[in-house]
Amino acid sequence: MAGGDRRFILHFDWTLFIVVLALAGIGLVSVISASYTSAHRTLDPLVIRQLIWIGAGIVAMLIAVLVDYRTLQAYAYPFYVLVIGLLIAVMISGHATGGSRRWINLGAFHLEPSELAKLAVVLVMVRYLREEPPKGGWGLRHLIIPFILLGIPAALVLKQPDLGTGLILVLITLTLIFVSGLNLRTMLVLAMAAMLAAPLSWHYLKPYQRQRLVSFINPQADPLGSGYHIIQSEIAIGAGGPFGKGFLKGTQARLNFLPEQSTDFIFAVFAEEFGLAGALLLLTLYAGVIARGAWIARHARDRFGALLAVGLTAIVFWQVAVNIGMATGMLPVVGITLPLVSYGGSSLIAMMAAMGILISINTRRYLF
Amino acid sequence: MAKFHIPKSNRPVPLLEPRIAALTAVMFAVLGLVSVRLYYLQVLHHKENVELADRNRIRIQRLPAPRGLVFDRNHRPLVDTKPSFDAQLVPEDSDNLSLTIERLERYTGADQIAGKISDADEEGRPPYEPVTVAERLGWQQVVALEAHQLELPGVSLQITPARHYLYGQLAAHLLGYVGEVTKNDLIQKADYHMGDEIGKFGLERVWESSLRGDAGGQEIEVDAVGRRLRVLKEIPDKPGESIVMTIDLNLQQAAEQAMAGKNGAFVALDPRNGDVLAMVSHPAFDPDIFGGGVKASAWRELTTDPNHPLQNRVIQGIYPPGSTFKIVDTIAGLQEGTLNPETAYNCPGGLWFGGREYHCWRHQGHGTIELHDAIVRSCDVYFYNVGAKLGVDRIAKWSNQLGLGIKSGIDLDHENPGTIPSSAWKQKRFHERWYPAETLSVAIGQGYVATTPLQMAQVAAQVASGGIRYRPQFVKYVEGLDGNIAKSYPPVIENRIKIDPDALEVVKDAMADVVNGAGGTAHKAHLDNVVVCGKTGTAQVVGNNAPVGESEEEDKTPDQFKDHAWFIAFAPKDHPTIAAACIIEHGGHGGSASAPVIHDVFQRYFQLNPPPPKPEIARVLEDASPSQ
Repeated sequence: MAGGDRRFILHFDWTLFIVVLALAGIGLVSVISASYTSAHRTLDPLVIRQLIWIGAGIVAMLIAVLVDYRTLQAYAYPFYVLVIGLLIAVMISGHATGGSRRWINLGAFHLEPSELAKLAVVLVMVRYLREEPPKGGWGLRHLIIPFILLGIPAALVLKQPDLGTGLILVLITLTLIFVSGLNLRTMLVLAMAAMLAAPLSWHYLKPYQRQRLVSFINPQADPLGSGYHIIQSEIAIGAGGPFGKGFLKGTQARLNFLPEQSTDFIFAVFAEEFGLAGALLLLTLYAGVIARGAWIARHARDRFGALLAVGLTAIVFWQVAVNIGMATGMLPVVGITLPLVSYGGSSLIAMMAAMGILISINTRRYLF
Repeated sequence: MAKFHIPKSNRPVPLLEPRIAALTAVMFAVLGLVSVRLYYLQVLHHKENVELADRNRIRIQRLPAPRGLVFDRNHRPLVDTKPSFDAQLVPEDSDNLSLTIERLERYTGADQIAGKISDADEEGRPPYEPVTVAERLGWQQVVALEAHQLELPGVSLQITPARHYLYGQLAAHLLGYVGEVTKNDLIQKADYHMGDEIGKFGLERVWESSLRGDAGGQEIEVDAVGRRLRVLKEIPDKPGESIVMTIDLNLQQAAEQAMAGKNGAFVALDPRNGDVLAMVSHPAFDPDIFGGGVKASAWRELTTDPNHPLQNRVIQGIYPPGSTFKIVDTIAGLQEGTLNPETAYNCPGGLWFGGREYHCWRHQGHGTIELHDAIVRSCDVYFYNVGAKLGVDRIAKWSNQLGLGIKSGIDLDHENPGTIPSSAWKQKRFHERWYPAETLSVAIGQGYVATTPLQMAQVAAQVASGGIRYRPQFVKYVEGLDGNIAKSYPPVIENRIKIDPDALEVVKDAMADVVNGAGGTAHKAHLDNVVVCGKTGTAQVVGNNAPVGESEEEDKTPDQFKDHAWFIAFAPKDHPTIAAACIIEHGGHGGSASAPVIHDVFQRYFQLNPPPPKPEIARVLEDASPSQ
């Protein structure tokens, strides 16, 4: 790090840093709204915890900035193995809530290895794909190893069951394969295979997951059951109107009509109270992360850094797209957090660390 | 640095650039799509979603107004409302609904809870809105529910005002009962809602609009679990107006007591204005059991009871009037001029007419008698002659003038007008001409003649009042919330006939002697301080061809073949203030079965309303205190 300190401060990515803090701030405001009840007007313990996670997240982000991202190449596989181990541990002795085992009880903290799995898969994919593809791009046979690297954590995550994280793992892998130079004919073959596999996968879905798909196509089929989430979320967002009902004035969340209001449906809480204006501000902040991520990728010093930036940006993007798509009724309900905004320590700290790595890539493009 | 992968150029990723650009474009396109969706939800469909959100959180809770009270003529309460415990169930809060229902039915004895829930759902019950599944729980049931609360998720107790009939079965048919509105009611009446109480029968039904009041309401904010958080808006209810009836509680109690254990009907009227003073129909029912959700078993029991406890015999029971009809013959004959007090006929115990003999109840005959004795001794042959001379159509005409064969106009549902035959009636009904011999049966109140107890009470009242027939009314006035009279019901004269006062006096004298004179058939109605006038009657029960008897001796026929016993009366003879009719089904003779009922009621009446002293008694009193 010798001689790098001045440059480090000079080239620190303040834009991204501030955007991330703004998103975390919106998250905090939304968690306050989601946990607010007119009965007791004190701050909910949830809010205090979220504040602590944000603090820890900032620390994690700064540590990630200080670490040279290139060292991560060495740790990609060990980290991957560690996360696989954690996912197996979850399966064996995980802490179950709401019918699925997702957490490991660490006393003060419930660790959710699925959140780490996203980072691990990005790291290990980028580590593998950093090699230049042969002329014409990656063919099917080059993808065997990436698919195995994806398949192991994806299977473990789906087993929990956590369809949302499984989906994100698949999407970021495909994104990285595409960007790193996928053969276009292979892409077509993959697309066709996916289309053929879709009906088959119905067979492997759990009944509640099938129910969600049915509800997505026709929410009114079971308005109090699985369609309830979609309907209540749409109502909350729509009731917000152009400028929202105002902070703590949203009734859908305060009166608990919204399910999972501090985590998966936090967007609806925010959109009800801050309206289209607030929602567009939020989307703009995410667009900022994406634009910045893409810029960092394009200007990275090396292929590893570029792909890592793409992968980290892809995590943010896909989670935003799936989460908001679900909250607005454009996609079926799958449990996925809104990055940097949803309540939850594992998600928040992992995501802020990812943003730190992104800043680190940006900061170090001048280092040579 | 050598261990790191070193790119060749300063811009290491030219190959990646187009794909990163493409990816970025896709990402922005998706965010754009999301923005469009947000615009659609938050701007284009903002209003609908606001409504949906409000409908989510705001429940309109109707608060039915407390129903008006019912008082007797002296403002003593007969019907009021008292708090009752109802069990409510929020089906959504019960994870095993059928088990909860099973337990609830066991602890409360309620039935058809599942049906009530599905009915409510059909009516569009919002989620988490409770359904009232068992009403008017007794203490034991309430305690059972409290004790087993943990086994009954979603069940709660609710205190609601419930209709309470203070004297149980007293005047049940007149007061009627309330119940929950039916689906049919809801279709017809826009301002009623599911679960509302509505008058179903009797006064409760007819005065529904006064008694009901205007429901208030609350806008209540609820959370997703249906918990009530706060009242957003409140519209106070307007309680129902009270009804002050014409009946006298004490007299009604006396009548109920006199009728105890007997099937039949009793009604007492004030001949001066048509006020119903007491009305009894037995067997009766307990109106309290209808209060919201009568149990199916109790309802079945009531509707299948061969004694028809739900029928108001006073206005719905039709019986041949028997010899009480002879008063009608008398008025008809006197008015038509075919009869006068001196008209005499010979009764040898029967009358040959149209080739067969028509018996008098007294086989040995009454000899030659005039009108007074014919009424007192109820000679059939005498009235065969009176009837034959009048002809059926003139009997019918005066029957109608006396209120028979037509509805009295009392404000109760399902009044039966009875039947008064005439030649035109027979032609229309049977397409047959009238045979003069049939008139003889009509003359003694048999054959086609059918009347209600109320109609016969009106005959007594019309004689008592000297020819004025008032519409029977049982509501004196509606009392507004301020305690003032909101609506009163002045006497309504239905008909007025001019009877020659001397002729009327002859009828009254004869009726007085029925009760008080030698050879009279109703000595059991005699009162010491008041001259009671009356006429007995015996209505033949179909299937019993034994001659209709008129005596005070007990009949030995088995009960179900015994005749119905009639007695109609008024008192005092001069300036009458009460008139009544009583029928005891299968009671045998009017004199032995019905006269005692009227005796008891009249006795009570004159205790409550002391008559002016009789002239004789006044004289005795003067004699007893000459020094004064």
